[in-house]
Amino acid sequence: MLQDKDRIFTNLYGFQDFGLKAAQARGNWDGTKALIDKGRDWIISEMKSSGLRGRGGAGFPTGLKWSFMPKESDGRPSYLVVNADEGEPGTCKDREIMRNDPHTLIEGCLLAAFAMNAHAGYIYIRGEFYHEASNLQLAIDQAYEAGLLGKNACGSGWDFDLYVHLGAGAYICGEETALIESLEGKKGQPRLKPPFPANAGLYGCPTTVNNVESIAVVPEILRRGGAWFTGFGRENNHGTKLFAISGHVNQPCTVEESMSIPLRELIEKHCGGVRGGWDNLLAVIPGGSSVPLITKDICDDVLMDFDALRAVGSGLGTAAVIVMDKSTDIVYAIARLSEFYKHESCGQCTPCREGTGWMARIMSRMVRGEATLDEIDLLWDVTKQVEGHTICALGDAAAWPIQGLIRHFRPEMERRIKEYRARIAA
Amino acid sequence: MSHLRRPAPRELQPISFAFSPENMEKAKKIIAKYPEGRQQSAVMPLLDLAQRQTEGNWVPTVAMDYIADMLEMPAIRVYEVATFYTMYNLAPVGKNFIQVCTTTPCWLRGSADVVKTCKQELGIDIGETTEDGKFTLIEVECLGACVNAPMMQVNDDFYEDLNADTTKSILEALKKGEKPKAGPQIGRKGCEPIEGPKVLKAFCGCGAADQSADASEGEA
Repeated sequence: MLQDKDRIFTNLYGFQDFGLKAAQARGNWDGTKALIDKGRDWIISEMKSSGLRGRGGAGFPTGLKWSFMPKESDGRPSYLVVNADEGEPGTCKDREIMRNDPHTLIEGCLLAAFAMNAHAGYIYIRGEFYHEASNLQLAIDQAYEAGLLGKNACGSGWDFDLYVHLGAGAYICGEETALIESLEGKKGQPRLKPPFPANAGLYGCPTTVNNVESIAVVPEILRRGGAWFTGFGRENNHGTKLFAISGHVNQPCTVEESMSIPLRELIEKHCGGVRGGWDNLLAVIPGGSSVPLITKDICDDVLMDFDALRAVGSGLGTAAVIVMDKSTDIVYAIARLSEFYKHESCGQCTPCREGTGWMARIMSRMVRGEATLDEIDLLWDVTKQVEGHTICALGDAAAWPIQGLIRHFRPEMERRIKEYRARIAA
Repeated sequence: MSHLRRPAPRELQPISFAFSPENMEKAKKIIAKYPEGRQQSAVMPLLDLAQRQTEGNWVPTVAMDYIADMLEMPAIRVYEVATFYTMYNLAPVGKNFIQVCTTTPCWLRGSADVVKTCKQELGIDIGETTEDGKFTLIEVECLGACVNAPMMQVNDDFYEDLNADTTKSILEALKKGEKPKAGPQIGRKGCEPIEGPKVLKAFCGCGAADQSADASEGEA
């Protein structure tokens, strides 16, 4: 188990004040200027060597992403944008950073912005997080007052302004180009890539969009060194990570743990185990609603990291672990996610706009068994027609949970259909 | 599609809208967050401001036109934004705007009971407003408080770790015009385990750092 001395988010549970003084006592803003003095190249190479992979779901190496930003400005400004549009069902980790440990994020923004030649940063928070945004804004105001942000931030000679921007209830704005569109005051519909944001992002300028957690871990990584961070987790899956465990566990909670912790250990040590005991486990969605579920036999020994979960046909995603015990109507659980994606499709690409509705309609019949056996294959086929045929990953995200269901629970779907058929025949 | 996603009928639409002097100051500060010539970026926060100012917590069409003028953008671009994002109510809602999350993580922990209790206690169905205008009830998608499921949002506040009983007492308090304490309703502070933090105890004022515990575990 990770030790407290290696935990970055020491006020995760909010027992202490979120404000600047308490944050400094916890070690935030310690020697920030000295880190900046080491220079842009040092920061980026340290981030690369830490092995940090983006914490928003896709797992792209953060240091590498930063290195795509232009080193010299061609006259256009560069922007840092923080994705705090946390909305993936099961995911509630960034919320805790923003309301309880906001200075980790603010200090991270300064360091990341300096490394990417950006004098301005925007934090895009989902609109429902009113109190989280308000804490964060208070913390930013304190940082300005203390000279940690603004002109000559931290006495580093670097000017940096940081702004909070609230969304208004659109899951799709968690997709980075939709987020940029939204920040520009438009409907949040994803852009075609290329051009990538590092070339033409916010207002057509070089932009990097990073998840809250990815940015908030930066100061500690730089203070303690990339090698400290690589000390946790397996090769290619390093670091500490916030896990949010919800659903049928005795004590749902969010906890910072080492990457590559076994799923079973995570649930049993931190959440008081599965309701009714480990053998009562039916399935787990290990990385937020977009990743396919895994069944108990896989959960028995799978590790919680990008590669291990990919190897079993799922993914780490946002590390939001949704646990389902044997009492769960598994078909409904996934059908409800299909409803979610139907609701959240932005309507831009036909396969997603039409496909999410189609999948949700079939799924709602599958819950009651009101279908024919060959419709399971039809449903599979629809998921395959949506997957990979859309501008952004929402189409994939809508398809994968259903594919996971069919892969692992086809007999259950067939049973319902047969029972329904028998009922109407009688 | 909820009726809140379509502009209210003409008879409900006010004929004029302007920011109050106080909100005008706020609006100017909001616009100043964005680079010169990029004032369109302020459209979302200004729509929110307009909604908060309007009796019934909604955005009348005339407010969209007003914002379009203010930001020098075509009105249709404001309509697009106002109709795209679900947090803008396009028709009036009750004083207590109740949004119950029913997405899978909340459903697994009993959001159906929360919905049922709300319907029973308020005597309305999903999408409806009570006759006295005090409550509007809707179902929403994931609000991002999944380890504290099930939950509902009342105006700006999250009420978490709900069950039928706590939902009922929250609604009763709201009916009396009180403001019940937001957050988890089962005696925990935030996202720590219900029986208290298992880690970070020294930071939570409830024990020593876990190094020692870990060391002894290692020896055992």
